[in-house]
Amino acid sequence: MDQALRRAPTRDPAWLGRVFWLSLCLVLLWPLGVATEFKPWVLLEPDNIKISAQFIGSFWPLVFDAEFMTMVARETWRTVAMATAGVTLALVLAVPLTLLNTRVLSISALSGRMARGPYGLRQSVRWLLIVLRSIPELVWALVFVRVVGLGPTAGVLAIALTYGGMLGKVYGEILESGETHATETLLRNGSGRLQAFFYGLLPTSAAELTSYTVYRWECAIRSSVVLGFVGAGGLGQQLDNSMKMFEGGEVASMLLVFIALVALADRVSAWLRKALG
Amino acid sequence: MKIELLGASARHPAARPGAAPALKALSLQFRAGEQAAIIGPSGAGKTTLLQVLACAMPPTAGTLTLDGVNPWQLPRSALQRLRGGLFLAPQVPPLPPRQRVVTAVLAGRLPAMGLLASLRSLFYPSDIPAAFDALDRFDLANKLFERVDRLSGGERQRVGLARALLAPARLWLIDEPLSALDPTRSRQAMATLLAGARERGTTLVATLHQVDVALAHFPRIIGLRDGALAFDLPAAEVTRDRLARLYDQFEHELRGEMSAAVPDEAPTPQPVVMHCR
Amino acid sequence: MTQARTQPRAANDTYKLPPPLFDARCKACWFVVGLLVLVVASFWSLDLQWGQFFSVEAARSMGRFLAEFAPPDTSPEFLSKVALGAWETLAMSALGTLLAAVAGLALALPASRLHQDDTAWGRAPTRLVLNALRSIPELVWAALLLISAGLGPFAGTLALAFHTTGVLGRLFAEAIENTPPGPGAALRVQGVGNFRVFVYATLPQVLPQLMSYTLYRWENNIRAAAVLGVVGAGGLGQLLAFHMGLFQMNKTATILAAMLLMVAVVDAASHTSRRLLTR
Repeated sequence: MDQALRRAPTRDPAWLGRVFWLSLCLVLLWPLGVATEFKPWVLLEPDNIKISAQFIGSFWPLVFDAEFMTMVARETWRTVAMATAGVTLALVLAVPLTLLNTRVLSISALSGRMARGPYGLRQSVRWLLIVLRSIPELVWALVFVRVVGLGPTAGVLAIALTYGGMLGKVYGEILESGETHATETLLRNGSGRLQAFFYGLLPTSAAELTSYTVYRWECAIRSSVVLGFVGAGGLGQQLDNSMKMFEGGEVASMLLVFIALVALADRVSAWLRKALG
Repeated sequence: MKIELLGASARHPAARPGAAPALKALSLQFRAGEQAAIIGPSGAGKTTLLQVLACAMPPTAGTLTLDGVNPWQLPRSALQRLRGGLFLAPQVPPLPPRQRVVTAVLAGRLPAMGLLASLRSLFYPSDIPAAFDALDRFDLANKLFERVDRLSGGERQRVGLARALLAPARLWLIDEPLSALDPTRSRQAMATLLAGARERGTTLVATLHQVDVALAHFPRIIGLRDGALAFDLPAAEVTRDRLARLYDQFEHELRGEMSAAVPDEAPTPQPVVMHCR
Repeated sequence: MTQARTQPRAANDTYKLPPPLFDARCKACWFVVGLLVLVVASFWSLDLQWGQFFSVEAARSMGRFLAEFAPPDTSPEFLSKVALGAWETLAMSALGTLLAAVAGLALALPASRLHQDDTAWGRAPTRLVLNALRSIPELVWAALLLISAGLGPFAGTLALAFHTTGVLGRLFAEAIENTPPGPGAALRVQGVGNFRVFVYATLPQVLPQLMSYTLYRWENNIRAAAVLGVVGAGGLGQLLAFHMGLFQMNKTATILAAMLLMVAVVDAASHTSRRLLTR
């Protein structure tokens, strides 16, 4: 036993490092607070409290007469329909892009490095997917509302483009992270790319792909409510109207309906995922 | 701590509700400061016995008395205080992988520390010399500030044992302390544990697969088979005949051929992360 | 089968026919039918104006519209305004995510079953609260909070914080419930209380995963923060809505480019931080 180590150390060697990093984080926090005008005490100012109390107070009584609830039911269906149509179109967009993008189906890569042409094609498809994904769907919706006018078309197209990018990226990840040996063998034995996809890649990853698509549909319902705020119709637009008119009761009813809808979609999606997996 | 177990039956912690009990009407008594080893083939109920003695699960029948008190009839707060006097070292060292050895060892002292002192000790270890001494007794002093997951299996097991030296306990229950240690280290660890128990006057109950070590170090040997007491004798009176009958059909364990390696904690599968992006 | 016995045996084995395409007893068939019905009903009930979008005139007007985007406005004064808006958006997303991580952790404790015998009375109500928080999208939160917090990035930060607390709270609770129970059980045998067991045994194991979730959520929040301004919550979104409303498309193009750049920067930062943390 080394004699020099007999004496117990008196200091914790990691202490200085921790103090340094903690101080750095606190120092960085200050400009963030300034930039976001973070003044929580504003919420406690008497005027603001009065306005907030008034607004929250107007939530009760909830409005749920027959005419209003029929309207809400109709708009909820429109929201769900917009989400479903959007995700369907997103699939139409994403599936070909995924097939073009996935490295597993590359024939030139079977003999070592991928040839330049196919590599360039795959990279450009990848960048296209990134661009589609990065522009928020609200921006797409704002643009489309200018072109096709108010209504669900703008919302459906916005969801289709953005979700097409997201689905394309995740499909690519799922396909490439799965078992690729079967597909590679099929390609090596001379089958076509689509054949290799249907006989090799799809059976392996079908459950995960479907499960993710169902989850995305649930997210799309939330997005279509958001898009309603810029004129795409549905529950979001009604929420916007009611908020602008300070009809607290209607806002509260619609929020509750929306929370219930999301919970239902969540439950359905979880059940589907369990049934698939 | 004086222990009295009367006709106790218990199920294995992970067993299904309708399964056969792991302990069948077992009766044992331990004087304060006594040292005993529990031996027996796999499935004899050794781990279940330790769990019952540690008040980790109530016996399904019979009574347990610690220092004349039935812990399961105490109110919650009194039971928690009583538990402060117990120490259980499971077979798999209960050390969080990314924690440092010094914090992991000092955690043994938590029952004696107040809330604020415990939280302060997380940021700066409260008693480095004590941790150093405890680890030094197991020849691990140079690993004081290392991360637990950077240690080997045997080193981790010794850190788990070193915790006992810091715990304010009057009863030490050690499950398979030597499973990952080579013969030299086994001897050293056993000697340290026994000396530590004798110094503090704690009752020491250990389960062992290494029958020769048990016979060499412990004054009292308890043999368990199929949840029932096979024998309860001073070490000198345990004959080869009795051992052969105890390990009937499990001779390979008696000979030490069993791969008594510490089961590596299987990495828990990461739950699939579903985000809306 | 008895019929087959009375008939003479065939010279060759009869080949089994493939199963019918739609079997009334098969759940999956019903599911697919239901799905098709949903999709068709969606398209039909929405009355989408495809003609308006795919006609030659629409293509031309689209082309003209897109042409207005170029060239993007790169004058230094406008660029400085865009830079300020970008910094505001970045700060909103970072601070909102940070607040949500703290609040989410605080709510994840009552929302999870800390060990097998934990009665966890608060689990169902806290999960309800978390679900409500995360069901309401950030934009709706922003519209609601504008009333209390006024116009500007404060409302946006709070909106992001509220929504993300619901998301992170649920993810954190699931991570806590999936932690290996060994270290916690050993401390509980010694009579250590739930909170200290969490801090000494559960948190060290689960912290890298929590930080990874938080950083991944930051990637999402930068996109959300960029558009919150459309309802008046500050940042690039407010600039975007303003200039789009005035049909100043070349300024809009610059703002969009700034949005894309910021999203790319935050994606890269989050990715590298997550790599470094799980080293």
